[in-house]
Amino acid sequence: AALVLQLSVSVADCPGTSSAQAGRAAACQGCPNQRLCAAGAAAPDPGERGPEARGAGLAWGAGLTQGPEAAELRGRLRSVKHTVRVRSGQGGVGTSTFSALLAHGLAADEAKQVALLDIDICGPSIPKMMGLEGEQVHQSGSGWSPVYVEENLGVMSVGFLLSSPDDAVIWRGPKKNGLIKQFLRDVDWGEIDYLIVDTPPGTSDEHLSIVQYLSAAHIDGAVIITTPQEVSLQDVRKEINFCHKVKVPIIGVVENMSGFICPKCKNESQIFPPTTGGAEKMCQNLNVSLLGKVPLDPQIGKSCDKGQSFLSEAPESPATTSYRNIIQRIQEYCDQHHFQEEKII
Amino acid sequence: SFLPERSNLAGVRHILLVLSGKGGVGKSTISTQLALSLRHSGKKVGILDVDLCGPSIPRMFRVQDNDVHQCDSGWVPVFVDQDKSISLMSIGFLLEKPDDAVVWRGPKKNALIKQFVADVAWGDLDFLIVDTPPGTSDEHISTVEALRPYKPLGAILVTTPQAVSVGDVRRELTFCKKTGLRVLGIVENMSGFVCPHCSECTNIFSTGGGEELAKHAGVPFLGSVPLDPQLSQSLEEGRDFIQEFPKSSAFPALTHIAQQILDGTLQPSS
Repeated sequence: AALVLQLSVSVADCPGTSSAQAGRAAACQGCPNQRLCAAGAAAPDPGERGPEARGAGLAWGAGLTQGPEAAELRGRLRSVKHTVRVRSGQGGVGTSTFSALLAHGLAADEAKQVALLDIDICGPSIPKMMGLEGEQVHQSGSGWSPVYVEENLGVMSVGFLLSSPDDAVIWRGPKKNGLIKQFLRDVDWGEIDYLIVDTPPGTSDEHLSIVQYLSAAHIDGAVIITTPQEVSLQDVRKEINFCHKVKVPIIGVVENMSGFICPKCKNESQIFPPTTGGAEKMCQNLNVSLLGKVPLDPQIGKSCDKGQSFLSEAPESPATTSYRNIIQRIQEYCDQHHFQEEKII
Repeated sequence: SFLPERSNLAGVRHILLVLSGKGGVGKSTISTQLALSLRHSGKKVGILDVDLCGPSIPRMFRVQDNDVHQCDSGWVPVFVDQDKSISLMSIGFLLEKPDDAVVWRGPKKNALIKQFVADVAWGDLDFLIVDTPPGTSDEHISTVEALRPYKPLGAILVTTPQAVSVGDVRRELTFCKKTGLRVLGIVENMSGFVCPHCSECTNIFSTGGGEELAKHAGVPFLGSVPLDPQLSQSLEEGRDFIQEFPKSSAFPALTHIAQQILDGTLQPSS
């Protein structure tokens, strides 16, 4: 008989580590936490909080919505008007690039206060892309100070905590979660109009944690980045599924690296061919918005490496036009979906 | 209590990992092309895909709909064709629906990786290539720990030429140093694009970063692989690029990388 893992069942049907069924439900079979749960050891003490205190943290659905820590987080995040999470299932599709440009684009309006949070703990790209490599985080009386690119654009990344570019953050999940929580709890952002959260690829620890922690704030939604290739789309479909499961609205999908125009002969080449219809077809099938397509432009990579805003460096590029249109659509979405403060049960 | 000689990896001559700090630089691409090139040199190759959240390998061989079966010694890897010269194991084969998100925290991922390393009945292989997700986290720590008793040959690190990618791969080099994993060399992928219409080469993702990193870190530079739409297309369609497109721009670099690995294994191990 074929071997199949009941993965989707495990996530949806985990009874929760503090439930009476913990370790005993059908979905618990094969879970590495099963024995602990059945013995009641995985249930948190009343005084303990946080997913990392629950070990495997399978009960992510419970969320960090109760207790003094939650209140603290809510306090910090209360001053955030809009939160946009930029994510992708597949790595290297331009997620951080997009996050950085979204931040620059939104901060072009000097009346808006923008914050960019980089929770890619193993591969923090944002400091370099924002021209902030080598900057360190400072502690003040009111918490950690973000590093400011402009007066109205602040950045926080684990990259700022590393002293050398060779330092590797070789951490397992629970430690990563602890840092993410600290970012959200201890960074003194002030009043922000837009919080952009740049997430690493995947559907694992950081992603579960950020959903839990941000459930205390107004989450407008997620922007998902992909290339036209099926290899990328197949991961993005999982990402879309993940968003549905954790009830994060999807603002839309951006198709990046969508075609290349030779600077010499101006002919177009599809370097990453959309063999299965690209993001357009996928969005139609899954009923999500396609926010736009961005072509390849060698200047994008150069600007990122130099830490400059591509939008300012190459204002005439077709890629800049695409980015600006997409940023506009995201702004419109946020304005339309201005959240009311929800009652926390 | 541990006896590597009787394990499922006992018949595997060389194990190598393909790593990168950065996502989307072409680890899975390099893993598959390396496997295909080694196969063309007459070797038997297995690929173990430990990217649990974004398993790319099955599709790159057009076997994404295959199932995994069990035998007495464990799980039977999926063969890509009748030839049985390339076999695969990936979580992609174990998903009920391909769009299911694998939303697991570390401990559960680690448990599956241990099983992947111990329970797949690979049989006799010349090479087992381990394709990894980006980063330096649970999957990497667990994979290296689980493979340590079998003394892997080492790791190939993949980067694009850009500083942003090189920056992450420097951290991966630190990971290798800290975990005692030998670095076989660095591959610079997506290194330039030659326009098929006018032959003008454009460095879409900059140039030279991988080679510089190799020099700076004192590790071998295995070569630069250019952007090649025929390679991208082959991967999408699960075709054998090495067999079907020997004149394509990425072919020489890819086969050269495989040759260096082969030459390396002829040396006595240090």
